[in-house]
Amino acid sequence: MAVENIVEIKHLTKVFNDGKNEVKALEDIGLEIKEGSFTSIIGGSGCGKSTMLRIIGGLDTEYTGEVLVNGSKVTAPSREKGFVFQDHRLLPWLTVKENIRFSLPKEQKKNDALIKEYLALVGLSDFENSLPKQLSGGMAQRVAIARALANKPKILLLDEPFGALDAITKVNLQEELLKIWQKEKITMVIVTHDIDEAVYLGENVVVMTPRPGRIKQIYKTDLGTPRLRTGSLFAKAREDIYKEFFKEAEIPFTYNI
Amino acid sequence: MNKPQKKGVFYWFLYFALPLIILIIWESFDRAGKLKPYTMPSLEKLFGTTVEYAKNGQLLTNIGVSVSLVLEGFFLALVTALIIGMLISLFPKFDTFTDLIIQILKPIPPIAWIPLAILWFGIGQESKIFIIFIGAVFPIFLNTVDGVKTIDKKYFELATVYEIPKSELIKNIIIPGALPSIMTGIRLGVGNAWVSVVAAEMIGATKGVGYMLSNGRSLSRPDIVILGMLLVGIFGKIMDDILRLLRKKVITWL
Repeated sequence: MAVENIVEIKHLTKVFNDGKNEVKALEDIGLEIKEGSFTSIIGGSGCGKSTMLRIIGGLDTEYTGEVLVNGSKVTAPSREKGFVFQDHRLLPWLTVKENIRFSLPKEQKKNDALIKEYLALVGLSDFENSLPKQLSGGMAQRVAIARALANKPKILLLDEPFGALDAITKVNLQEELLKIWQKEKITMVIVTHDIDEAVYLGENVVVMTPRPGRIKQIYKTDLGTPRLRTGSLFAKAREDIYKEFFKEAEIPFTYNI
Repeated sequence: MNKPQKKGVFYWFLYFALPLIILIIWESFDRAGKLKPYTMPSLEKLFGTTVEYAKNGQLLTNIGVSVSLVLEGFFLALVTALIIGMLISLFPKFDTFTDLIIQILKPIPPIAWIPLAILWFGIGQESKIFIIFIGAVFPIFLNTVDGVKTIDKKYFELATVYEIPKSELIKNIIIPGALPSIMTGIRLGVGNAWVSVVAAEMIGATKGVGYMLSNGRSLSRPDIVILGMLLVGIFGKIMDDILRLLRKKVITWL
C-alpha cells in the first residue's frame, strides 16, 4: 500500500518541563505532508517549529499524540529521515569525503561512486579531500545536504539550514535545494524564520504562532517550478503571510501621513 | 592569531639576547674574582666539567638512564590512563565506582610516594618507574576524561541520525574528539614524569641526572650540580618540542 501522506501528525502536544516550570511548546498540532511535496514551516522564535521538526525526525520522542512517518510511529532517528541542522555538523577531523562515508550504512561504506555522485550534485566534486575548516559556511552546509541525501532518505528535514549564511549564499543554496528537490523527487520539510525563504521554497507554508506553539494557517503557494522571486504570485503569497504575522499590530508597511 | 611569518635576524637576536646577557654577567663576576668555587663555578670550569663528562661517557650514561626510565614509566602511565579514562568516560557506573579513590589519590604529589616506593620496590629501577608512573598517569587520565566529556553533544545526536554503531562512534567521534585534550594530557604527563625522575633519583640512585645533582652537592661541586640542572632543562624542552610537533602532525583539523 502506498502511503500518500508521508507524515501524519494528530493531536501532537509537547511540554517542556525543567522541574519547576512547564512550557507548552506545541499544542494539539495536526499536520499532513504529502509524499514528494515541499513544505515550509515558519514562525517566530519559540513557536515550536524546530521542536516539531525534531519530533518528526525522531530526535525528540517525548510527546503526546500521534506522529507517523511513512506509516509507522516515530521512535528514533533513522537514515530514512534525513536531517540537516542549522550548523553543518561535519566532523572537523574527517575530510568531506570521509564525512559522507561516515554517515553511510555498512554495505555502502566502500561505495566511492555514491559519495562522488552526491558531491557532484551539490557542486563540490573538487573538495572531496578538504577538511571542514577549509570550507565556507555555504559549502559546508552543501556537504551536510549531500551527506543526508547520500543515505537515500524518504524525507529530508531541514532545520533553519541557511539561517547562519549571508544573503547571497542563502539565495544560491535555496535555488540549489529546489533543483535537488525536483531531481531527486524527495519530500522536503524546511523550518525557517525567513518569510521569503518559506514562500519561495514551500508549496505549502505552515504558519505557526508561539505560546503555546500552534499551527495558525496553512498556505498553498502554487508558484510552480521553476519559481520566480519577482513574479506577482510570489508577491501575493508573501504579502498574505506577512499579514499573518503583523495583523495584530499595524502592518508596518502602511503609513498614514 | 599571529600570521606565520619568517623570523628575521632581529627575532633571533632577541631570542638569544637574555641567555647571552646572563653569560656575560656570569663571566664578569668571575673576572672580578667574586665567585667561590664551592658555591658557583666559573664558566670555564663548567665547560671543562661538561667536556670531561662527555668524554668519559658519564654524560650519556646519566641522561640515558633517566630518559629510558621516563619512557618506561610514561608508556605504562599512558596505556593505563587511556584505558581507565575511556572506561570512566563510557561507563558512568565505573565513574561512580572509582571517583572517590581517584579524587583522594590525585592531590598526592609524586614525591610523596617516594618513601613508600622505596619500601615496596627498594632503590632500584622499579621504584623510579613507579614514581614516574604516578606523576604521569593523572594528567593523562584527567585530560582523557575531560576530553571525552567536552565533545560537543551535537555530534552524538548526528550519530543517532545516521544509526552509527558504538564501535564506530568510539573510533570516529570519541577518540578524535578527545584527542586534542589527550595530547595536552600527554604533554603535562611527560613534564611531570621528567620532574618525578629527577626527584626519585636525587633520593636514592647511583646513576641518572637526579643522581648527578645529589652527588654534586655531596662533593661540593656546583659545576656538576649546574650541569645536571642544565641537562634536565634542555632535555625537558626537547621532549616538549617533540610533543608539540607531534600534536601538530596528529591534530590537523584545528
